[in-house]
Amino acid sequence: MKCEVCQQREVSVHLTNYLNGQKTEIHLCQQCAIEKGYLDADEESYTIHDLLSGFFNVQANPTTKAEPDHRAEHQLTCPQCQMTYQQFNKIGKFGCSKCYQTFSSFLNPIFRRVHSGNTGHTGRIPKRKHVHLQHQRLIQNYRDQLQELVKEEKFEEAAELRDKIKDLEQEGKSSAKKGDEL
Amino acid sequence: MSLQSFIDQAISPWMQEQGPDHDIVLSTRIRLARNFTDVPFPLKADDTKLQIVSNWLKEHFNHQSFLEYKNLEYFDMASLQQLEKQILVEKHLISPLLAERDKVSGVLLSKNEQVSIMVNEEDHIRLQLYLPGLQLERGLTEAFKIDDWLEAKIDYAFDQERGYLTSCPTNVGTGLRASVMMHLPALTLTGKVRKMLPAIHQLGLVVRGIYGEGSKAHGNVYQISNQVTLGRSEQDIIHDLHSVVKQLINYERKARQSLIEQSGIRLEDRIFRSYGTLKYSRVIESQEAAKCLSDLRLAIDLGYIQDLSTTAVNELMILTQPGFLQQYTQEILTPEKRDVKRASIIRERLSIEDK
Repeated sequence: MKCEVCQQREVSVHLTNYLNGQKTEIHLCQQCAIEKGYLDADEESYTIHDLLSGFFNVQANPTTKAEPDHRAEHQLTCPQCQMTYQQFNKIGKFGCSKCYQTFSSFLNPIFRRVHSGNTGHTGRIPKRKHVHLQHQRLIQNYRDQLQELVKEEKFEEAAELRDKIKDLEQEGKSSAKKGDEL
Repeated sequence: MSLQSFIDQAISPWMQEQGPDHDIVLSTRIRLARNFTDVPFPLKADDTKLQIVSNWLKEHFNHQSFLEYKNLEYFDMASLQQLEKQILVEKHLISPLLAERDKVSGVLLSKNEQVSIMVNEEDHIRLQLYLPGLQLERGLTEAFKIDDWLEAKIDYAFDQERGYLTSCPTNVGTGLRASVMMHLPALTLTGKVRKMLPAIHQLGLVVRGIYGEGSKAHGNVYQISNQVTLGRSEQDIIHDLHSVVKQLINYERKARQSLIEQSGIRLEDRIFRSYGTLKYSRVIESQEAAKCLSDLRLAIDLGYIQDLSTTAVNELMILTQPGFLQQYTQEILTPEKRDVKRASIIRERLSIEDK
């Protein structure tokens, strides 16, 4: 269907107007709808956040049984940036990295909705600041591999891997002593 | 200034190279969102705090070079003219959000305009890297190198459980948004794109117009990117995106082939009408220009037009945007005057090729 005003572009906005019991319909393209003042030019850029705060509202709705006391939730305030849970709920964004701890008990349902059911990070780890974590991740990977090798009765390779893990664990301990945190 | 020398400045060097699958994929972008650990995110930080971030980046990275990304230069948003900001947006070097911000913010740009590090946008750091054509794997590797280079001097907000902490919950975890800009005229013409959207969404990917969030497809160019950033490794995210893009490339090529077979003469007619419009029109609005340029690009890809290069189309896509038109004419233009200027720039650029 073509836009009623410009007769050129495809219709993307449908308006229904009720006036004194009379129903009128108007079909416009985005651009004409903006020009005629039916649509805010910025409107479309808000859609993602509208959706997001929708996610939050569902979460804030006290129908789920895991929901903690409602009053307590509203009093939660981030000690670092002073963001309240209510604000967070409304804006849909964190104020600082501390917010993640402050609101931690509400985050899993939100993350699950936004990230296809996921709540924990499995990707990259900062190289310099989190050497220790990287070590742990690597060791865990090797351990998983080791189990596979044992299952397949590839004992020689398994022994090699086991030594590698030992070395890594030693390395980890000494670097942790040097003051690398977390 | 002559058009040729204006173009040379307007087009980023990387855009003039042809990447893999360049008949369909215009560019690949890798974006990583990062924050300082002990400074509130820009949403909650006052100017003093934001200044700490921008000063830190200036102090450690301004006028530095890293690998082939030479001479990174820091631009304060406050020191740029409205038009300069608009041009950076049109070159995709900064986001519209950054251009509109009135708080302390800026951008660190590499000389070859392949790397852009936005400072104090929604997050403290938004690292972006561009490559021509489809090069997700390489893009990720390169972006990681720059990420490590930054991390050597910055304590990132990172949590063992949640990963890289970002202001918006949609970016947490990897902070990675990988996007591929695709030209899909045949799939659009046959109405197949719309049918594919639900399936693409189910895979955790998003399809947007050329200007990112909320924008509509302009000239049959779509941006496909990952939505999920948490709970998957960067490699897995890239891998999934890559395979969907590869599928789309196959479908688009097939759709082009069947267009030629089933309605060759009509396609040819459409293409040459568009070429005619571009060559001879005196007034052209951006939507029509984008449509005709899309036809022209298709014509070159399919061999209908041989005396013209895709580079010309790429240049015109950039040059016909409002900011560039005004930069070229060195005056603020009303939309009507822009349409006239747009038509004349297109005519001029196409005649360079004819000579």
